[in-house]
Amino acid sequence: MTVDAPARFSPLADWQEAFGRLPAGFQVRELPFLTQLTLRVSADSPAAKAVESVLGIRLPSASRAELSEEVKALWLGPDEWLLVAPADTGAELVGRLRSAIGEEFATVTDVSAQRTVLSLRGGLTREILARGCALDLDPRVAPVGACYTTLLAQTGITLVVRAEAAASVWLLVRSSFAPYAAAWLVDAATEYGGGAG
Amino acid sequence: MQLIACPWCGEREEAEFHYGGQAHVPYPAKPADLDDEQWAQYVFFRDNPKGPFAERWMHAAGCRRWFDALRDTATHQFLSVHRMGEEPRA
Repeated sequence: MTVDAPARFSPLADWQEAFGRLPAGFQVRELPFLTQLTLRVSADSPAAKAVESVLGIRLPSASRAELSEEVKALWLGPDEWLLVAPADTGAELVGRLRSAIGEEFATVTDVSAQRTVLSLRGGLTREILARGCALDLDPRVAPVGACYTTLLAQTGITLVVRAEAAASVWLLVRSSFAPYAAAWLVDAATEYGGGAG
Repeated sequence: MQLIACPWCGEREEAEFHYGGQAHVPYPAKPADLDDEQWAQYVFFRDNPKGPFAERWMHAAGCRRWFDALRDTATHQFLSVHRMGEEPRA
């Protein structure tokens, strides 16, 4: 009996076709397999400074994300950040961070399989999200770099505003909830045309 | 829906929060000295005022942090919220 090598598959691999039939003002794309690390560290501690020097960024304050470098940092809680890096860089990044932290107190954990990332783009994005998300995404309230962990249609998500007026948004959703979130997005976009219905 | 002001995340819908009962209930200083009735008092019995009540809440769907809130049990109005360890109390 042969044992197949374990194949990696993304939770939304089956949804590409449905995403392709969305209306023109709303594009959804999965960014599969991004490296995601949970960083637990006290802000402004020596360990936090060590992490910041490795990443070349300041860890963002509450409800903000730092998107300027290759490794994005998303605020999840007062002593908790999610680091999002390109695929297959996890082991190397964890090693670099842990050696920089040294004997100081912080934890870095690879949680790449926990969530998948959806990239939402287009002028309809804010209106469609408003159908299931109570947060105000008006640019005066949620500028570029805003990062909220909240509910979208009762599913826990982390939402990152990547362009003015939420014309580009990242949704980080738990892998097991991702098909539901995708179904909800496709359904919410139905009335705006396209062939999604 | 009522909005609750998380001390970290700001105002969010009530559905994002979990209720944690009365705040500032101290663990017995000498637990071994308590008799059954005193244990029962500590474990099961809580104040039930009509009016301002210091409670614990958690922002379950957001930053997942516990915090203290002063809530009027008659009107459901949140009078104030505090981060854990911060004063003031009721």
